Amino acid sequence: MARVLVDVMLKPEILDPQGEAVANALPRLGVNGITSVRIGKRIELEFEGEPDLDQARAVADALLANPVIETFTVYVDDTAEAAETGEESPA
Amino acid sequence: MTARIGVVTFPGSLDDRDAQRAIRLAGAQPIALWHGDTALRGVDAVILPGGFSYGDYLRGGAIARFAPVMETLVDAAKGGLPVLGICNGFQILCESHLLPGALTRNAHLHFRRRSQRLRVENTTSAFTGHFDAGQEIVIPVKNGEGRFVADERTLDALEAEGRVVVRYVDGNPSGAMRDIAGISNAAGNVVGMMPHPEHAVEALTGPSVDGLGLFTSVIAHLGQTAVGAGSS
Repeated sequence: MARVLVDVMLKPEILDPQGEAVANALPRLGVNGITSVRIGKRIELEFEGEPDLDQARAVADALLANPVIETFTVYVDDTAEAAETGEESPA
Repeated sequence: MTARIGVVTFPGSLDDRDAQRAIRLAGAQPIALWHGDTALRGVDAVILPGGFSYGDYLRGGAIARFAPVMETLVDAAKGGLPVLGICNGFQILCESHLLPGALTRNAHLHFRRRSQRLRVENTTSAFTGHFDAGQEIVIPVKNGEGRFVADERTLDALEAEGRVVVRYVDGNPSGAMRDIAGISNAAGNVVGMMPHPEHAVEALTGPSVDGLGLFTSVIAHLGQTAVGAGSS
């Protein structure tokens, strides 16, 4: 499987009220050591054949992320391949 | 001649009918435009209405930006066609890079709906000529992602060039940077604002009729450009 992952995060200087709301809820769980929570998105792109990272980057830049407020990283999903390999060689 | 003002309907638009009604009350002819159609049908100006185009999936305005109608509209706007984006329409204008900055989740995370006092800071845009500089107006605001953000350099440039069109007074409903409620492009023909002027055009249903001024302004603006340029 040719899966490309795109992680989209708000730029550090952009307020993340969602993350703050989660951070503020943590003490209610008894968790006090976490100073900051930032929430982003992970987008999974399944390619028919070989993954085209340049194309994935173009899609991320034009649509998946808004570069005015967000950054993105594009990478091939190794874990899916590793999981498949693991299944193929159980013995 | 009666001005023809288009209103684009996207899947998920909510305020397209109200915008059409406001145009009619202001004295122009509303023309329905469709997101899937590249034709602008010879309109003299365009309103991108509020709502949740394409369900606001991914980000508000992010998918609407790639609608066929936007291909034509972006070129026309760059050529001087007056365009007003209201709420979701403002988000679409930012996503299309016709306006700088972006609209993000309200700082307090709440959806805000209230009658909002604004100060008109720019009276040279295509949509604000009928106001006095510094005039305060009351127009409804209703959004969950209306917090205008941009980097400091962009904010300073907007201020220096007089492109902050309307600013929140008596409380900022979203945490928008520098209390910005609406901005224009450098030429002044493209304006985006979060508050809804189309909801303040009749005493029966609005907190004021201040919103009508944006629509009568563009009609007057079209009259002037028609005299100057022959036709639009």
